Amino acid sequence: MNAQQSLLQKSSFKWWEILLWIALLSSPAWLPKHALIINEIAIVALFAVSLDLILGYTGIVSLGHAAFFGLGGYAAGLLAKHITPDPLLGLAMGTAVATVTGAVMSLTIMRGNDLTRLMVTLGFALILFELANKLDWLTGGADGLQGVVMGPVLGRFEFDLYGQTSAFYSLSVLAVCFVLLRRVVHSPYGATLMAIRDNRLRAMAIGIPVTRRLSSVYTLAAAVAGAAGVLMTQTTGFASLDLFDIHRSADVLLMLVIGGTGWLYGGILGAVVFKVMQDVLSSITPQYWTFWLGLFLVVLVMVGRERLNNPRSWFSSKASKETAA
Amino acid sequence: MLTILFDGIAYGMLLFILAVGLSVTMGLMNFINLAHGAFAMAGGYITVLLMQRLDVPFLLCLPLAFLGSALIGAVLERTLYRPLYNRPHLDQVLFSIGMVFMATASVDFFIGSTQQIIQLPEWLKGRTELGTGDWVLGMGHYRLFIIAVCVALTVALQYVLSRTRFGSRLRASVDDQRVAAGLGINVNMVFLTTFAVGSGLAGLGGALGAEVLGLDPNFPLKFMVYFLIVVAVGGTTSISGPLLAALLLGIADVAGKYYIPKLGAFIVYALMIAILIWRPQGLFVRQGGK
Repeated sequence: MNAQQSLLQKSSFKWWEILLWIALLSSPAWLPKHALIINEIAIVALFAVSLDLILGYTGIVSLGHAAFFGLGGYAAGLLAKHITPDPLLGLAMGTAVATVTGAVMSLTIMRGNDLTRLMVTLGFALILFELANKLDWLTGGADGLQGVVMGPVLGRFEFDLYGQTSAFYSLSVLAVCFVLLRRVVHSPYGATLMAIRDNRLRAMAIGIPVTRRLSSVYTLAAAVAGAAGVLMTQTTGFASLDLFDIHRSADVLLMLVIGGTGWLYGGILGAVVFKVMQDVLSSITPQYWTFWLGLFLVVLVMVGRERLNNPRSWFSSKASKETAA
Repeated sequence: MLTILFDGIAYGMLLFILAVGLSVTMGLMNFINLAHGAFAMAGGYITVLLMQRLDVPFLLCLPLAFLGSALIGAVLERTLYRPLYNRPHLDQVLFSIGMVFMATASVDFFIGSTQQIIQLPEWLKGRTELGTGDWVLGMGHYRLFIIAVCVALTVALQYVLSRTRFGSRLRASVDDQRVAAGLGINVNMVFLTTFAVGSGLAGLGGALGAEVLGLDPNFPLKFMVYFLIVVAVGGTTSISGPLLAALLLGIADVAGKYYIPKLGAFIVYALMIAILIWRPQGLFVRQGGK
């Protein structure tokens, strides 16, 4: 096998991936009672995958990714309320708004260290939260944007109460975005992103245009996050301040970490585990489930999050020393 | 107008005391500690509980809040924080967010989610007015007290940092850990002491601020952003940087909320982003550090 083949083999679809996607895409049909939560999982999975693009592949720590999620959501909601109820136009519109904003905001993440980036991204999400809160003539303020009525998808499939259409719709968007992003991260472009993550100075030295790569990948991630926000608004028929909430940015970070950063399935796996865990824990202790979430995080970091996805290392003490070093 | 300036200064001084520990530990250990607010909350709750259940006088509560938080800080530093110093920032962010979640939920569980009220002693309750007309300066006695305490603490901190042996060790460790260790400075001990004092100061700030800022289980999350702004804008290499940043933030916040309430916290965040784009390392940084 020559070098080209071995490189190409990495990016080709494996048999288990195809099976997995068939199972995922058909899941609302064989789990009709859980269609609502499947829809929710698909949305946050898409959101987590978009964060993985900048965090896992490029190494930008962001605590304000919800900004783009909310922007997409509100843009789609406003479009549906005032102009046209067509979901696909809304999807295009919300994604476009998030993309443009992402392109502008990408200027702010170029300089400084991790702390500066953390603060700038967080600050941006907080500003949007305040804006959505105060511009109540447009967004409905703290009450949220109400009266969003969606038309049928593709003019044929009406949204129903049981979430069947929503789940199929969200899953299809997730699948399309995933295939696109999978292509992106396995391309030479994706390889340059990982080079930047691993050592920015060396990446610069071998001629990778670091600034351009950072801004383009941030824009791409913003676009996908915007699409996830659109799905959220369209399938719930409602946009609220919760879309911009800092909790949302933290949760998505957590999902990604549970699933594992730096591979795209991490976002999906994390979203499934997180949502199920949230469901179970909050049904046991509705008020205090954040305690267990916090404990889980602390233990996860203490044990080393690399080991979570590498079961073989659970039983050997040598591996733990290597990861701690 | 002067009254707003005065309130802004009091608020800023309070933020400085709350955040200075974070700034020093962040500069020293390069550790992004989002859980700093939890120590402030600990100090606030120590005060509230002592006053409500044991009738300890307010003035005595303040040093106790300092000691209590410092002790918690020292224990946690030794057991949980130390292994994480050399880990990636993402790990530190996750860890400290987890700590915040746990602290918030535990306080909620043991004490309840209602806002706690502190009964101030009589002599701190009044208000003095100076001047007339547009230039009237109304000073709440409690805010005056806060400013006095914070100024005293700032002077003391500055003295310790610049004049004592411990201060020079600390500065050496901040500039370059490895060389400092090579010169025979017990860097671990310096870390531990600094972390404990920083947490203690946060606790003291929490106790002082319980009346002004409000104290409930969501305190660490609500004010996390403000502490981080102080540190990010002020830089982590000196204490005059965070002090000026805290004053700026306090005045901007109070004035913004008074003059343009519609925009609320918007001004503060926009200002922060503008400053960070302009000077990513913070407004007041000394050249030559690491």
